[in-house]
Amino acid sequence: MLIRRPSDILPSEITPREVYLNRRQWMTGAAGLAFAAALPGGLEAAPLQAAKSPFSTDEKLTSREDVTSYNNFYEFGTGKDDPAAKAKSLKTSPWTVKVDGMVGKPAEFAIEDLIKSSALEERIYRMRCVEGWSMVIPWVGFPLADLVKRVEPLGSAKYVAFETAYRPEEMPGMDSIFPVLEWPYVEGLRLDEAMNPLTLLAVGLYGETLPNQNGAPIRLVVPWKYGFKGIKSITRISFVDKQPPTSWNKQAPSEYGFYANVNPTVDHPRWSQATERRIGEGGLFVKRRPTLMFNGYAEQVASLYTGMDLRKLY
Amino acid sequence: MAGRASAPAAKGFALPQVPKILVYIVGFIPAVWLFYAGIMDQLGADPMRYLEQALGLWALRFLIATLAITPLRQLLGINLLRYRRAIGLLAFYYAALHLITYLVLDQGLDMAAIVADIIKRPYITIGMATFVILVPLAVTSNNAAIRRMGGQAWAKLHKLVYAAAVGAVLHYILVVKSWPPEPLVYATIVAVLLGYRLVRSLVKKPSPRRRPA
Repeated sequence: MLIRRPSDILPSEITPREVYLNRRQWMTGAAGLAFAAALPGGLEAAPLQAAKSPFSTDEKLTSREDVTSYNNFYEFGTGKDDPAAKAKSLKTSPWTVKVDGMVGKPAEFAIEDLIKSSALEERIYRMRCVEGWSMVIPWVGFPLADLVKRVEPLGSAKYVAFETAYRPEEMPGMDSIFPVLEWPYVEGLRLDEAMNPLTLLAVGLYGETLPNQNGAPIRLVVPWKYGFKGIKSITRISFVDKQPPTSWNKQAPSEYGFYANVNPTVDHPRWSQATERRIGEGGLFVKRRPTLMFNGYAEQVASLYTGMDLRKLY
Repeated sequence: MAGRASAPAAKGFALPQVPKILVYIVGFIPAVWLFYAGIMDQLGADPMRYLEQALGLWALRFLIATLAITPLRQLLGINLLRYRRAIGLLAFYYAALHLITYLVLDQGLDMAAIVADIIKRPYITIGMATFVILVPLAVTSNNAAIRRMGGQAWAKLHKLVYAAAVGAVLHYILVVKSWPPEPLVYATIVAVLLGYRLVRSLVKKPSPRRRPA
């Protein structure tokens, strides 16, 4: 069994049925809106069992505290601490992921079935944000390729498009008076990128299910690309024949490309990408470290881009 | 920092006067707290970036405060003119701390990277230019300089604060991704404060300049 229930939960900690039913009634009323924000939105963090992976780095992990408190998830606000403060309102159960488009077997997966039926692995990856900082995160998930194979893409499918949940009532950053991004957040990969063994659908980190601020219940992790490619809280995965639109590219096409491969030699138009600050390293006196080509994953992915001008296709 | 060096007597209600040193003491509380919290690792996951941004933001806030003093006096009769020099200098000190943080903590005094940044990155170029503008204003923020330069020349020089305010908000807008609300709010405040002066100068043009009696 993949999801274990911790044996150390006291009976007193488990909410009695009549109380949570009562809560649901509360939430349907207008008065319950404010109350709902204080309730945990989805599943409590549950431990996940995962096999070790040869793709993991042995670099020092970024602390769980930093990984779960310093996030970009603009659906909950543009501040780094907004997601941790506000993402509780996202209800992650029930949750389904719809897989459609050019596939032989379109499907809708309940998240718990998807987790149960997948061989989970722990993947310790570097994560490089386009803003110039990085982390080392122990994700738990399964290769996207596993899911791709299950739905049997047609020969015409060339790209995979992803979509985040669109729930303004649960995502307080979406109704900001200034349009930060066009919602829902969308991302995409070329099919061969999606099939690369490094590409992960993460459902957990640090051995437990994902906290909401990190993209619960399921998110993409593409370690050789800038962090914004790692679309969070996915509700839909579509197989298409044309390059799908991607959120940051739509917002500023001259600054964020479709590929968004980590590349120290191609700067963001407004700042350098040559170096990065590793979060949790040195505190106030953090020393910049050189950013590696493809975030250090060149050996596994460089061949995907042979013959491409990475200055133009950034 | 801009405007006339001497002011007409306050009209409207009189505010109790506090020693100017108190403005400096209160003004430096954020800096002291930020450095203390930074050393104690209380500034979140990315303390250097937090410190750098917070110091820059305080510089902008004090810059805005100096620009608010004239409209406050003209529109509401609240006269805070005697504190303007202190507030303006606080803006400069925070800008200097912001710059030092960038040079020492952010870039680790890597001169090649810093020079490349100044040349290639418009937001750094603008930020650096803004600081350069503030230097002569800070250097001449004393009575001796006003006497030496003469009131009119001094006032003219200190009109550069308008350019500094524009530079500061541009620098802020260019450093963020997309259009988050905070820099736009600050930009709007600066636009209103500068727009007020423009409108007033256009409206007042026909009549000769008022002088204190």
